[in-house]
Formats: sequence, structure tokens, C-alpha cells
Amino acid sequence: MSNAIHLHYDVSGEDFTRAGEASGLVKKTLKKLGYNTDAIRRVAIAMYEAEINMVIHAEGGYCDVDIYPDRVEILLADHGPGIPDVDKAMQEGYSTAPDNVRTLGFGAGMGLPNIKKYTDDMRIETTLGVGTNVYLTVVVKA
Amino acid sequence: MVVRDILDILEGEIICEGDLDQEIKTACGSDMMSDVLAFVKDQSVLLTGLVNPQVVRTAEMMDMACIVFVRGKVPDDSIISLAESRGITLMKTRFRMFTACGLLYSNGLSGGTKV
Repeated sequence: MSNAIHLHYDVSGEDFTRAGEASGLVKKTLKKLGYNTDAIRRVAIAMYEAEINMVIHAEGGYCDVDIYPDRVEILLADHGPGIPDVDKAMQEGYSTAPDNVRTLGFGAGMGLPNIKKYTDDMRIETTLGVGTNVYLTVVVKA
Repeated sequence: MVVRDILDILEGEIICEGDLDQEIKTACGSDMMSDVLAFVKDQSVLLTGLVNPQVVRTAEMMDMACIVFVRGKVPDDSIISLAESRGITLMKTRFRMFTACGLLYSNGLSGGTKV
């Protein structure tokens, strides 16, 4: 669709403290565009969790966000190790994050389940040793 | 309850002042940010013993108006300036997590979810 607003962000894998910056900027943009609070929050939380995952597991990557009048589509792509067992990773409480991540408030195995919960569609393409693409869609109700 | 009431109840100290008259309807106490992100509540305050910028980012994504650091923990300047730019109130209380949550609960603030 040609009337989409396209945003692109690079996510640094070096600096955990900056994880969430892209999600914050998307949230700000959606607010400015007048989208409803519920949709904005769902986009922000899902994208934030995915961004955190990218930093924790994959040394960063990039996000492409397409904003349509009726939905927001997000691609989060990384060149990390890939997810060996997606079904397992989708279970609440299952985590492969290193212990030091838990001291930072993440790594409880809630990331992917939370993303699924807040989005209307979630698709994961992952290849071991190559990387992971996560496609998210949040439908905006008027 | 408004942010200012939380300050009184927890005998807190303001670190970064946002809107102290903002109404607060629910609260969440956790050091695990993904647990906080799992349940959206409206107009909520976050109580935590975790001190890093992701606490502010979590509050930002959740539209939370206020963060209370328990056990007198003090965030560093980068955390404070992040909260300032987002208009989020930061305060600290000498109370521990359990006590701080209990004080707010017994003063009428709920968890906001049924489970």
C-alpha cells in the first residue's frame, strides 16, 4: 500500500541501556498521528520485547515499521544464532538468556509470549547460524 | 489516589518530578520487567528494586506515570534524565518491596488484574 508511513531503525547490540529506543520513537510517532491508546501500547510493548530479545540474543539488528491507517506492521531482523526450538521458546517461563540478563530485569521467558499476546499476528522465520526475522501485525481498531 | 498521595503514604522522596496530581488507579511491584509488561493496567505506578534505564523504558511503554524505587535505591543520572524527558515521576522510599506494596494496598490501591 502506498500510503504507509515507513520507519527504519538500527538496533545496537552493544548497549543494553539503549534497547527500547526504537520502540519509544515508534510510540511517539503513533501518538502524533493520533492512533488510539490501546493500539499504541500494544505496538510499543510488543516491539520493545522484540528489541530486547535482539540485544540479548543476537547482538542487535534492525526494525522496519510500516504504519497503515488500519494496522501497524513491524519486521525485526537479526543475524543472531537463530532459535533452535520455536515452540519451546513460545512457552511462558522458558528462557535461554544468560544469568546476567536476569539481573537487568529480563530473561524470565516472557518475551515471546508477551509479544504474541499483544499482537494480532506474529510470524517467526529463523535459521540456525543465520538469523531470525520476526513479523508482527497490530490491527488498529477505530 | 494521585502520585502525591503515594509520596505521602510511602514517606518517599522525589528524585524526578512529573505530574504529582496525576491519578493512579493500580500498582505493580516487580524486579522482572517482562512480568510488568505481561499485564497492562491503566494509570499505574511501578514499584521496583531494579535500578537501570529499562525500568523507565518499561514504564514508558506501559504509560505509567510514576516509578517508586524501594529500599532507598537511587538511580543514576542517565536514568533520571530518561525519566525527565518522558515526564515520569521517580521517587524512592526506605520501605522494602513487601511493605511498600502492602502500604499502598491497604490504602486502597489494587493490583488491577483479577489474577
